[in-house]
Amino acid sequence: MYSDFNWAIGGEAGDGINSTGKIFAQALSRAGRHVFTSKDFASRIRGGYTAYKIRTAVEPVESIVDRLDLLIALTPRTIDENLDDLHEGSVIVYDGERTTMQNVEIPDEMLGLDVPLKRLAEEAGGAIMRNVVALGAACEAAAFPIDNLDSALQKRFGDKGSAIVENNQTAARAGQDYVRDSYADREFGYDLECTDADYVLLNGDEAIGMGAIAGGCRFYAGYPITPATDVMEYLTGRIERWGGHVVQAEDELSAINIALGAARAGARAMTATSGPGIDLMTETFGLVATSETPLVICNVMRSGPSTGMPTKQEQGDLNAMLYGGHGEVPRFVLAPTTVAECFHRTVEAFNLAEKYQIPVYLTADLSLAVTEQTYDPDEFDMDAVEIARGRVVDEESVAEWQADDGKFKPHAVTEDGVSPRTIPGTSGGAHMTTGLEHDEFGRRTEDGGMRVEQVDKRARKVDTAREREAFEPREFGDPAADDLVLTWGSSEGAMREALELLDERGVSVRFLSVPYVYPRPDLTEAVAAADRVVVAECNATGQFADLVEYDTLTRVERINKYDGVRFAADELADAVAAALDDDTTTTEVHA
Amino acid sequence: MSSDVRFTDFKSDAQPTWCPGCGDFGTMNGMMKALASTGNHPDDTFIVAGIGCSGKIGTYMHSYALHGVHGRALPVGTGVKLANPDLEVMVAGGDGDGYSIGAGHFVHAVRRNVDMSYIVMDNRIYGLTKGQASPTSREDFETATTPEGPKQPPVNPMALALAAGGTFIAQSFSSDAQRHAEIVQEAIEHDGFGFVNVFSPCVTFNDVDTYEYFRDSLVDVEESDHDPTDRDDAKEAIFETGAEYQGVIYREDEAVSYTEQHGVDANMADIPDGAPDGATDLVREFY
Ligand SMILES: Cc1ncc(C[n+]2csc(CCOP(=O)(O)OP(=O)(O)O)c2C)c(N)n1
Ligand code: SF4
Ligand SMILES: [Mg+2]
Repeated sequence: MYSDFNWAIGGEAGDGINSTGKIFAQALSRAGRHVFTSKDFASRIRGGYTAYKIRTAVEPVESIVDRLDLLIALTPRTIDENLDDLHEGSVIVYDGERTTMQNVEIPDEMLGLDVPLKRLAEEAGGAIMRNVVALGAACEAAAFPIDNLDSALQKRFGDKGSAIVENNQTAARAGQDYVRDSYADREFGYDLECTDADYVLLNGDEAIGMGAIAGGCRFYAGYPITPATDVMEYLTGRIERWGGHVVQAEDELSAINIALGAARAGARAMTATSGPGIDLMTETFGLVATSETPLVICNVMRSGPSTGMPTKQEQGDLNAMLYGGHGEVPRFVLAPTTVAECFHRTVEAFNLAEKYQIPVYLTADLSLAVTEQTYDPDEFDMDAVEIARGRVVDEESVAEWQADDGKFKPHAVTEDGVSPRTIPGTSGGAHMTTGLEHDEFGRRTEDGGMRVEQVDKRARKVDTAREREAFEPREFGDPAADDLVLTWGSSEGAMREALELLDERGVSVRFLSVPYVYPRPDLTEAVAAADRVVVAECNATGQFADLVEYDTLTRVERINKYDGVRFAADELADAVAAALDDDTTTTEVHA
Repeated sequence: MSSDVRFTDFKSDAQPTWCPGCGDFGTMNGMMKALASTGNHPDDTFIVAGIGCSGKIGTYMHSYALHGVHGRALPVGTGVKLANPDLEVMVAGGDGDGYSIGAGHFVHAVRRNVDMSYIVMDNRIYGLTKGQASPTSREDFETATTPEGPKQPPVNPMALALAAGGTFIAQSFSSDAQRHAEIVQEAIEHDGFGFVNVFSPCVTFNDVDTYEYFRDSLVDVEESDHDPTDRDDAKEAIFETGAEYQGVIYREDEAVSYTEQHGVDANMADIPDGAPDGATDLVREFY
């Protein structure tokens, strides 16, 4: 008996898979259980298949695993797609009256629950509720109290009126009763215990959106693209409550320039996109950086290059963010490592952008974006949010930064590299700035001396940030272990769970999860102290591993996964064990 | 806003490097006059300039300003205005900047109808890159890259703007100082996107669209019975007569600007030093 329970609903795109899955995740969260969800677009056969998967436990869950305990299969393919993960005793709920499901074969060692989903839904008020009937059936099979589902249905359909809510609750009971009556002699062996805890359930894009509002962002411009669109959709309808606004631009060339304009006007502004949009935004990136405009550019990575695999996971844009654009200019790159981190690092991104007047890449990826995860609401403590706007000068202090003739110096060469900033409307602060190399006043220059001063000044901002900020890795595992594992961004959760699995095998490692790619923590000591260093990341070439080798002048072992699916904890544990076991330096993982 | 602003307050101390006689001088003077006469102050004005000879205007004027990337000035102006609607926003650039590399943004800026003005300094040539055909160059205009002319019809900026739903569409001539300043002033005062295509001759690389040519051929719509609020009159002027017009070709007085349409009225630069009041409601939504 496992302490976690793995549930999924799968069917064709258009079957309402996501919204049904979300309702069940909400019900589990309301029951005080932890939830970690994933969306499966990962067809091994052909397009169209989609599934929503939930891993739930009383303890926090932070990764997917390759095991499925209960599957609601709306199509025969759903079963085929999941055969590897289903096991002896797995429950499969299906509607044997559905034409396509009539001849479906349930593997012998599994328990098929043939429930007339459509018929029961019609009796309850409409065929559209067929998935909800299945949820009721799932509650029965998993011994999960159905009142939690009632509560989730209320949340989902409450704004449509009480009749709709009640119909859905009736439909759920029909499913529950059917299983209870027709499979009375069956022992399923599951028991989803409830707790008194109150959790919130959200995904990475939502956490980024919420972090943006908390962190003072009032302006967003973007162009829709998977998997970043949810950030825009989250902000739309919410940011206005605080006087903010969201613009849907005509393309990403425009989106970043609109956001840049808002930032020059003094707003905390953001845009979000994914790889193809990053390519377009790279045109204006240098202008943002050299005009020293505070801007947060969120890159929710997906598989590339070009249109790549748009609904698949990858961490392939690290180099594009670090080095993208012609010329040389500093930028920051932050990579939140969990859904909650998406919130915290977003708040920080806005502070860093303004304190150092620099563009900040805030990079999540598909797996963070689509994962709904439960947290204690205190994790998102709004009272703890602090906003630091850096060297903004007002009408009183502007004189300190003017030349004798009263002209303001937006690019004053300072010891810490940070120049004064006036918000338009501040009298005495009018100035221009430009993508051309400029002097302290923002006027074009080709003077070699001033060029060098400005380049050095911009670079000094990074040194200053290194001194003033804590760009620390997150530490897990055994700090005294001989071997070190490093990840960046979203792989933290899988690796944390992998630590436990490795522990069971007697393998103990130190694990550092890095949320700051640039400026990044100094890993020299940790690497020097380790016998072997393993870097795991979702790309083919090991872009982060390259950085670690560059920084520490030490060869590392690499685990690279680029099949479009994030790491699962058990798979990652195997890969780490294998990397530590032999002397190959690259392990490719394919699920 | 203070009323004692003189147009020279909008002038920076940088010495223009435009060729002597360049049309951009007159275009800029008219812009400064119009800004001053509409009661604006450099500290409350934001100018966005494109890239080109024309784009240097950001350097020669005094205000808050950004000289950005080739073709993207309109989006920048859009962001400035929406983040702080109290600012006067003026965007200026060349015909290449606006109708070639930035053509996509032009169409959408017109549609969006954000309350700002857009001044295109149209010399029907690429000046800064030393004389290649621009989208408004004549079909038979010979340049180094088009030895026999572009052999494509020029873009008609007035037609483009009208088709995109423009609410203020005008044309002026940089050397007709008085009319040019008046027309730009009207564009500023228009409650929406005020678009003025300004004939600003390039004396160095364009020997056909010259001062003389415009002086001889320009027809001022004010001197006819043209009604700028009548869409049919506008269509006729743009499509039927084939003349070069100056004046306000089309104006929609009832137009509702983007900021009004979307209720954008806050100065978004003003934020508290912590999460805003009520932010915890956002967390509660996720229960
Ligand atoms: C992306 C990019 N491509 C090309 C250029 C080179 N370039 C600078 S200005 C310009 C054209 C300018 O023509 P126009 O907009 O009509 O301005 P003018 O100089 O005539 O005022 C070009 C092609 C550039 N700066 N950026
Ligand atoms: S090249 Fe033409 S447009 Fe450029 S400054 Fe000289 S005259 Fe003016
Ligand atoms: Mg031109």
